[in-house]
Amino acid sequence: MTYEGWILLTACLVGISCGMVGCFLIVRRMAMLADAISHSVLLGIVLAFLIANSLNGIYMLIGATIIGFVTTFAIQSLHHAGVQEDASIGIVFTTFFSIGVILISLFAKDVHLDVEHALMGEIAFIPWDTQILFGFEIPKATAMLLGISVFALLIILLFYKEWKLTSFDAALALTLGLPVTLIHYLLMGLVSITAVGSFDAVGAILVVSMLVVPGACAYLLTDRLSAMLLYSCIFGILSAVIGYYGALWLDASISGSMSTAGGILFLLTWMFSPRYGLLRRFFITA
Amino acid sequence: MLQEMWHALLHQPNTQWVVLSTMLLGIASGVLGSFALLKKQSLIGDAVAHAALPGICTAYLFIGEKQLLVLLIGAAAAGLLATYLIQLITMTTRIKKDTAICMVLSVFFGMGIVLLTRITRQAQGNKSGLDNFVFGQAAAMTRTDVYTMGGAAGILILIAFLLFKEWKLLIFDPGFAKNSGLSVGLLETLFSTLLVMTVVIGIQAVGVILMAALLIIPSISARYWTDRLGSMVIIAGGIGACSGIAGVLISTVSTGLATGPLIVVTAALCFIVSFTFGRKHGLVQKLTAHRVRTEHLKEEGI
Repeated sequence: MTYEGWILLTACLVGISCGMVGCFLIVRRMAMLADAISHSVLLGIVLAFLIANSLNGIYMLIGATIIGFVTTFAIQSLHHAGVQEDASIGIVFTTFFSIGVILISLFAKDVHLDVEHALMGEIAFIPWDTQILFGFEIPKATAMLLGISVFALLIILLFYKEWKLTSFDAALALTLGLPVTLIHYLLMGLVSITAVGSFDAVGAILVVSMLVVPGACAYLLTDRLSAMLLYSCIFGILSAVIGYYGALWLDASISGSMSTAGGILFLLTWMFSPRYGLLRRFFITA
Repeated sequence: MLQEMWHALLHQPNTQWVVLSTMLLGIASGVLGSFALLKKQSLIGDAVAHAALPGICTAYLFIGEKQLLVLLIGAAAAGLLATYLIQLITMTTRIKKDTAICMVLSVFFGMGIVLLTRITRQAQGNKSGLDNFVFGQAAAMTRTDVYTMGGAAGILILIAFLLFKEWKLLIFDPGFAKNSGLSVGLLETLFSTLLVMTVVIGIQAVGVILMAALLIIPSISARYWTDRLGSMVIIAGGIGACSGIAGVLISTVSTGLATGPLIVVTAALCFIVSFTFGRKHGLVQKLTAHRVRTEHLKEEGI
């Protein structure tokens, strides 16, 4: 495959995995947790690097997932201890993120883990760092994202009913004996894994937009969860592809451009959605 | 290290100015943050701060040089646009507020990054230090920057002081506020504008990513010491000021550490102390109160 092909494929995989996971965050009203986790994932990556002394994807995945759980747990504990929910999110992720940044500038300055890379990702470097998988030479980040997307899809397919029920009627799910807390943490784990998988491509912060924006577009187009998941993936892929070519055209950051493309797509959906769009509202009331 | 900090504070006029203005910034964000916290609007600050980045970059592209006042105006415009968009999205669609905040925050930040990379890639040597806005670098501020920031923070504190009673009423009894003839809409707008202004002036020191922390952490820490709004505002201002001073001093004597993360970590330490030892709702206080109660019950033989 060509250099450009790998980049596009990786970007699309980011769109797909984030798109799927993001839908659940939106219907569960947990979008801000995505913001929190994707910031604190940075600390997990740095700690994994400092402990294992390598930039191997597996260590990062483990570090980020652990920190993802710690973040969720810390936010919930603070909330239970009487701190307002938005404030507990705000305290935890800013602190973790700050510690991450300080650690990077203290200990990891000279490796490719510089702060700018961590923030914005550098998808253009992905095709150079390859490994052999099933006889094919495939970029490491792409392989990791492929694995993550398949994993997320499998989990969602396996537990689709349970996820749906816990998302829309947590009380009923609880009385039916479903492990609501387990599912909550499973989702948080998925968010962390997706965030770290997308880390090389779009950076720790802009992964938020890939998580939330495609799902929000899909949310305006349909009332069915299954359709929402599908549309969200499509919007994710569209933002990735439009963003990539937009960045080439503007000679600017690819991840920023992907996020901007998502914003434009949302603006269009917001205007023209057949059911919930502004135009329709305007004509019905007028 | 302490000695070095002391030296910097005593003998470097520039450091003194930076410390003074960061202190004022800390007070302003503690005060405004307290109101935002009680209005449950803490995370709006996060969105505003991220959203300010494209504003700063656009302003820079227009004037072609780094002139703090103009950049701040750009930041404020973008920040206000972001708050307006969040309201508009939640009002006209079924998207909930948290999703709207998250979306606006990340898309604006993405646009900011696009503009920032364009600026730095076409820059002619003069890299303009715009990337300092991402994490904040108080030490890199010029004398005029310091005056601008300190002055603006001072004005914000003054306005908050003058409007204290009205805002207090607005937070705790909006219905009564309306009936007693206050123009609630105007006060609300004024509050959002001041909140945006606080975020904007803080960006230079703390950076767009972490500015929200300076609004949230001091005010939530203050809640553990008092139930009165007046004292809360003062304590939050104090914690904000201390974090600001500590962050700047540590970043002055260390090499290459950005100010923003240091300020946030200091504030987080203040939070942990308040959470544990706070006189009103702290952990230790709660536990002792509980023990006293159980002993009391035992004595009475219940």
